[in-house]
Amino acid sequence: MYGVTNLLLIAVILINFFTLGSSRLNSCIRAVAAQGALLALIPLAAHGLTFHTVVLGVGAFALKGVLIPWVLLRALRQMRLRRESGPLIGYIPTMVLGALITSAAFIFADFLPLRPEHRGGLFIPTSLATLFVGFLLLMTRRDAVSQVLGYLVLENGIFVFGTLLAEAMPLMVEAGVLLDLLVGVFIMGIVMDQIQREFSTLNTERLSALKG
Amino acid sequence: MTMTWFLGGLGAIVLGGVGSLLSGRRAHLASAFAAVGTVLGAGAGLVAAFGVLLGGATAHLDAPWAVPGGRLTLTIDPLAAGFLIPLFVLAPLCAVYGAGYLAPAGRTRRLGAHWFFFCGLVALMALVLTAAGGLLFLAAWELMTITSFFLVAFDHQRPGVARAAWLYLAAGHLGGACLLAMFLLAGHWSGGLDFTRFSALAGLDAKPALLLFGLALAGFGAKAGLFPFHVWLPDAHPAAPSHVSALMSGIMVKTGIYGVLRVVTWLPPPPPGWGMSLALLGIVGAVYAIALAIVQDDIKRALAYSTIENVGLIFMGLGFGLWAAAIGEPAIAALGFAGALLHVWNHTLFKGLLFLAAGSLAHGAGTRELDRMGGLLRRLPFSGALLIGGSMAITALPPLNGLVGEWLLYLGLLRAGRAADGLTGLLPLLIAAALAVTGALALVAFTRLAGTALLGQPRSECAANAHEAPWLMLAPMFPLLFGCLLIGAWPQLALRALQPVIAALAPGSLPALAEAGHELGGVAGVAWLLVAVAALTGLVAVVMARRRPLTRDATWGCGYSAPTPRMSYTASGYAELAQRSLMPAWLRPEVRRSGPRGPFPHVARLWQRSLDPVLHRFFEPLAWRLGDRAVRLRWLQQGRLPIYLLYMFVACAVLIVWSLFVSGDWNPL
Repeated sequence: MYGVTNLLLIAVILINFFTLGSSRLNSCIRAVAAQGALLALIPLAAHGLTFHTVVLGVGAFALKGVLIPWVLLRALRQMRLRRESGPLIGYIPTMVLGALITSAAFIFADFLPLRPEHRGGLFIPTSLATLFVGFLLLMTRRDAVSQVLGYLVLENGIFVFGTLLAEAMPLMVEAGVLLDLLVGVFIMGIVMDQIQREFSTLNTERLSALKG
Repeated sequence: MTMTWFLGGLGAIVLGGVGSLLSGRRAHLASAFAAVGTVLGAGAGLVAAFGVLLGGATAHLDAPWAVPGGRLTLTIDPLAAGFLIPLFVLAPLCAVYGAGYLAPAGRTRRLGAHWFFFCGLVALMALVLTAAGGLLFLAAWELMTITSFFLVAFDHQRPGVARAAWLYLAAGHLGGACLLAMFLLAGHWSGGLDFTRFSALAGLDAKPALLLFGLALAGFGAKAGLFPFHVWLPDAHPAAPSHVSALMSGIMVKTGIYGVLRVVTWLPPPPPGWGMSLALLGIVGAVYAIALAIVQDDIKRALAYSTIENVGLIFMGLGFGLWAAAIGEPAIAALGFAGALLHVWNHTLFKGLLFLAAGSLAHGAGTRELDRMGGLLRRLPFSGALLIGGSMAITALPPLNGLVGEWLLYLGLLRAGRAADGLTGLLPLLIAAALAVTGALALVAFTRLAGTALLGQPRSECAANAHEAPWLMLAPMFPLLFGCLLIGAWPQLALRALQPVIAALAPGSLPALAEAGHELGGVAGVAWLLVAVAALTGLVAVVMARRRPLTRDATWGCGYSAPTPRMSYTASGYAELAQRSLMPAWLRPEVRRSGPRGPFPHVARLWQRSLDPVLHRFFEPLAWRLGDRAVRLRWLQQGRLPIYLLYMFVACAVLIVWSLFVSGDWNPL
């Protein structure tokens, strides 16, 4: 059982690196969709087949794996974007930062006061690493689509953490998180549309003109 | 059963608010929903509050709440009931009045949101008064500030209103911050945020207790209008619609007084110094505010200053009661608390009445400036008579209710002066003298207010064309005046009703209270005697006038053959003596004048404006200086999303590490 889970978690980490290093928005979105789909399997793999995990898995797959990527790809097609407008920090330095952060997450997880059954597993480090990579994406990318992706990756990190506690966490909380995510993406979609119309680009740098 | 009535009442009020929110463009429907909901809800609430106050049983509600660390606990004890009664008396009257007052505005704009916030404010005030958990209390308190902010900002297109509302919001939030700190500290020291746990605070040392008391005084004082935290009141009240001013001045400021009392019941018995400081703060604020009330041009601004004065008097009574209890004089303490609490009720009645009457004057004449009014008694006979009634009550003239509260305060102060010896005895006597000064100045302020607005000739076109308010606005004022008369005539009844509250605050005071009630009955009797003498004299005068034939002739014009309204005393003129010879220079209004010069007549001008000295000389410069300092932090605001995200990231990381350190769970392998 643990073998499958760990395999999935390592795949999640690898996808993190892919999104950090790729400049093609299309493939980035697909990678994040794949990450979401993999995450949907984790509750099943970790806790077995119960009603709770099935609902969680199906819900996560439908939202993270299908619906949100579809919305983003559609937005991309409408706005005729291919490439990212150039990150603030180059791809290679970002990758290096990502690697540093991931290793830091692994080290940090050992210091945490965890319950014995969670100690030594890959859950906590993966969750922290994904969270921080999401933050890194949000911080270093300039265009709105990449920032949405960063938000999604961050959310995935939280999801990994949540599956660790899937038995303790009520379904309503999970459902709330997922719904929150969906609403967030829709709002960002609207904001993206507005930015595009106003500045005819998705580069959020222009927004700093609002500063007094 | 009591709780059921109370919750039913809250439900009716909230439903009224939601109903008016949903009525869309139909302004009449929105007003009707709010008024009916508030009237029904307040009726049910009154049943509950009187049940607790007269029946003596405390009502509880305890329900789970999905907020971590919070339970939905409500308690109606006598202290809460003592404040719920004025709330549920005044709120429905304000709602009905508002339905008439806003009818012209309703033709051009939607009223749903306004009425929603109005009903919300009433319900939240009831919640503040009954909440028995720190979390629920703070939530209701903050929401109360926000809903009343929207009510103040109703006419936000008018110049100055937005600024006044903003000042109110800032003051409310600063006060709220003090309260948050107080509740967190109290929860830390007592081990929980439930009010039942706070009884553990009674074992606190002097210093932490003083800290809690100071925070409570600043936080609640900012809402109550305690000097020097009163700065929002004089601006917010003229800015708000009149029924909102009446509600805020009549009862919302009292929630601050309730809060201070509630905190005092948790803390260990306060040393005499606290009570005396509070009493001195109260009386200084009262003298300060009533002096400023004399020089205001805006009728509602003058009433707002009078509210600060009355709140000062209430705090003076409470502080004096605490002091007397601390020096071991429960009988005198009972007089202080009884005077203060009775004044809470009285002030709700007459200040509500005065704001509503001033509102119908302003509504009818189209101006709030006293110097543009005049002669309104002839044009608005009912509103004018009601304003005079309210002014008589607030200046403590018999037979109305203002007298009884102040009489108890005087009695307590004078007895304390006799009972305590040496320097300690001097302080109450000095306060009594200051109270007398306040009373005299209040008389000046209200003769000026009622005299300039109602008597003489109209001073402007709009005053000449003023019209009487509709019945929907007049009707709610009569019960208030009736209440003033009722308490003035039978003060023993009100005192009897307040007995459980006073007993909770000053244990062992019941015999003294009974005696005071007896004496109050005597005072009311004398007051009625005075009224009877006055009425008899009037009757005799009427009869005499009937006997002699009446001749109509021109008044002796003192040599002026063609008097015009411009020759009559203005409000500023009436106040000039007090302004010049009584007030210190820093209290005087800003005056610009150009007098006639040279041998020939010339244009003369006088312009004056009274800004609040505390706000203008202290808080505003302070805020500006803080703002100037804060500009140096401008570089933090880079205006770029990634930078802000970086801040969030750093903050999260620091918090994680910090929480690990603090919890002591940091176990390196």
